[in-house]
Amino acid sequence: MRIEWINHGTIASASASGVSRRGFMKAGAVAGGGLVLGFFMPGAGRWANAQQQAAKVYEPNAFLHIAPDNTVTVQVNRLEFGQGVQTSMPMLIAEELEADWSQVKGALAPAGDQYKDPAFGIQITGGSGSIAHSFTQYREIGAKARAMLIAAAAEQWKVPAEQIKTVKGTLIGPAGQKATYGAMADAAMKQPVPATVKLKDPKHFTLIGKPVKRLDARDKSTGKQQFGMDFKAPDSKVAVVARPPVFGAKVAKVDASKAKAIKGVIDVLEVKTDRGGSGVVVIADGYWPAKTGREALAIEWDTSAVDKVSSDKQLAEYKALSQKPGNPVRTADTSKLAGAAKKISAVYEFPYLAHAPMEPLNCVVDLRKDGCTVWAGSQFQTVDQGAIAATAGLKPEQVVLNTMMAGGGFGRRAVPTSDYLVEAVNIAKVWQAAGHKEPIKVVWSREDDIKGGYYRPSHVHRANIGLDAKGEIVGWDHVIVGQSITSGTPFEPMMVKNGVDATMVEGMGEPYEVPLNLSAHTVKANVPVLWWRSVGSTHTAFVMETLIDEAAHAAKMDPVAYRQKLMGEKATRHRAALDLAVAKSGYGKKALPKGQAYGVALHESFNTVVAYVVVASVKDGQPKLHKVTAGVHCNTAVNPLTIEAQIQGAALMGLGMTLPGAAITLKDGVVEQQNFSDYTVARITDMPKIDVHIVPSNDAPTGMGEPGLPPLAPAFANALFTLTGKRLRKLPFDLASA
Amino acid sequence: MAKLNVNGVVRAFEAEADTPLLWVIREQLALTGTKYGCGVAQCGACTVHIDGQPVRSCVYPASAVTPEQKIVTIEGLSSDGSHPIQKAWAALDVPQCGFCQSGMIMAAAALVRDKPQCTDADIDAAMTNICRCGTYNRVRKAIHVAVRGGDPAAAGLAIERIEGSKA
Repeated sequence: MRIEWINHGTIASASASGVSRRGFMKAGAVAGGGLVLGFFMPGAGRWANAQQQAAKVYEPNAFLHIAPDNTVTVQVNRLEFGQGVQTSMPMLIAEELEADWSQVKGALAPAGDQYKDPAFGIQITGGSGSIAHSFTQYREIGAKARAMLIAAAAEQWKVPAEQIKTVKGTLIGPAGQKATYGAMADAAMKQPVPATVKLKDPKHFTLIGKPVKRLDARDKSTGKQQFGMDFKAPDSKVAVVARPPVFGAKVAKVDASKAKAIKGVIDVLEVKTDRGGSGVVVIADGYWPAKTGREALAIEWDTSAVDKVSSDKQLAEYKALSQKPGNPVRTADTSKLAGAAKKISAVYEFPYLAHAPMEPLNCVVDLRKDGCTVWAGSQFQTVDQGAIAATAGLKPEQVVLNTMMAGGGFGRRAVPTSDYLVEAVNIAKVWQAAGHKEPIKVVWSREDDIKGGYYRPSHVHRANIGLDAKGEIVGWDHVIVGQSITSGTPFEPMMVKNGVDATMVEGMGEPYEVPLNLSAHTVKANVPVLWWRSVGSTHTAFVMETLIDEAAHAAKMDPVAYRQKLMGEKATRHRAALDLAVAKSGYGKKALPKGQAYGVALHESFNTVVAYVVVASVKDGQPKLHKVTAGVHCNTAVNPLTIEAQIQGAALMGLGMTLPGAAITLKDGVVEQQNFSDYTVARITDMPKIDVHIVPSNDAPTGMGEPGLPPLAPAFANALFTLTGKRLRKLPFDLASA
Repeated sequence: MAKLNVNGVVRAFEAEADTPLLWVIREQLALTGTKYGCGVAQCGACTVHIDGQPVRSCVYPASAVTPEQKIVTIEGLSSDGSHPIQKAWAALDVPQCGFCQSGMIMAAAALVRDKPQCTDADIDAAMTNICRCGTYNRVRKAIHVAVRGGDPAAAGLAIERIEGSKA
């Protein structure tokens, strides 16, 4: 029997053993009234301001189950989509609990107030915050549970608690008494939860800091792992949607006769789509009839009311705008620019990018009069639960949102508009209005995903830098043009200041002491945009690190020495990461074969610094990346094996941005790409050797999911400059036109 | 009712003639280990074996497979995850999100059977599957480990300790 053994107070209704998933949710909703997991971590994240409310008492609920067979199940308050939290977060609890790691399992928690990110105040997997924000939270849960087990054993054995030891899931008394955690769980549940608890000294860690293998590696190697796409509610039908070719356009006329004639197609209905548009949904017994049904539709679209973006026109507009100052972000004296001894003038171009996670979006909806159950690989449970409720005409507590293992996401599953979930509920509504009852499973094709918007925004940067005769930067005027990610969303009040979205300019300037005069233009365009792994740093790091490299060359200094000179004294972690990468790479010591060159870049994002020294060459006019040496400063490295994987993955995604065809473009409002055949992503033949080195530290861990991405492309570009003398200012790279 | 021999069992299914094998396997036979990633044979997440050959099932009509042909999916590669490639995969912590890995493993299993001494160039040629998480280096390493007799200890983990620490 499953025992939910840490449980008390306002959520006592869930304390009975054998609590069902649904009962569990009710408990969470009740707790939502008076219980906020306002677990404070000052300055921990970008949305920390949202938490400027009184910190409330933290009450553990349903984070941990110990079964009679000693199995420890940890509820992970995040989405697992490759980054390893289903392993690393249980590690945090198991460390303090002193559980037997071989008996620990991770489970993905459904939407629930108790699972909100302690720093962000909403349930989210983002901002590289899983470990960074829940490091203390999860350790405390483990430590409190251990204290309760010890208290129960002390009572039973009539010995002082201090004399009881815990070893690998077993309590050991002074006279040799022994009990497994599972055997003591019932008694421990009757103990009060200690208000405070002492956490381990890092020198006593047995799991944290060790390369621990993923708990899900085996199921993911045998086909057993169930993803959202694999989930089927009883009798559920598959829905495929014909969405408007231009964002927000509407159906003018539809002839569904051919679609309805396809065997397996049950119904064809008009449905509201994202951004006020409408589309046509084909609902069938399976994906294939639904998809062929969609192809058989004859739809006339009304695109008269929506703007039709064309990328070439947009680029010209952005470039023109960049010649004028925008809203100020930071100011500095630019008076010495005009008379500077050396000048750098540069215009950078970045395209829209699709996330293209391997598992296309999908969502199962079971809508009833009094409630709605949804299964989705959501990165944004609190927001999605609210949006599902609003669309269904329900209260959030009437919505059960089950978190499904997801095949990647990179930001696409954390949408402030909850686009794909709202659409799915709208489909369920029209389906039921048409007299049907079965749950609906909405499946996106890859084409739907590539064309579906919510891209990394396109950007133009314009920089004018002046250096004096000694190579000192004496003036730097910089303008950024692009769309705001958070404007028009609930995050706008927190993120947009003086008309500038913080996510557009993050990463500019730091860690260098430079007189950067920065402004930004926020452009509105009918293309939905979104955070894409490492957000603003996807472009700001490229601009900063290639410009600093260019300044180093203008100053006739070694780019590493130049960076070290230009960094502020407080940039100790930057220095350590850069020094480590340089030392391990052979840079400055080991000569490379002819035709190869080193390139260097570093960047801080999500409070982690990653420095790359790369080796590149050019073959048949095409850039080739051979090797990456990473210096990573993420403070405590909770699971180095996961960190290595995150660096490998983020570096590859950063490399992917540079490859020919890695761009989403629009013509007359229509996205021109459709699948992996014309939207390039990196393949095994693109993958360089990657060596990861971590700076040792016992400080509280910082983000790891995203920081490996930003410095890759600029390091590569800097190496290509050494090889070709060309400064690449446009992504993806095009050496021939540079 | 048409029939298919999947993982050694002959099973009946009903689908239109143009239905790709992938959707019959996933929706009719309820073997969901084989994944849909692109539908145009680009990513390889749907890779299964037909008579030992790796095939992208998302573009292969189920009606083109005879009941005599033997289909093997990830579920049938071994009953218990004991195929050398699967063992190497788990030992080297290859999967991240894991969505592409069934296809990766099926492609790799065919490669190491055909080329037991496979080189990096062989891996480059055979492993055209897409992974967005960046598992490629561990994929490569796991294949080398598997062909060396499946001793994962021989490969070691790239990260065994943190620089300068005694961990």
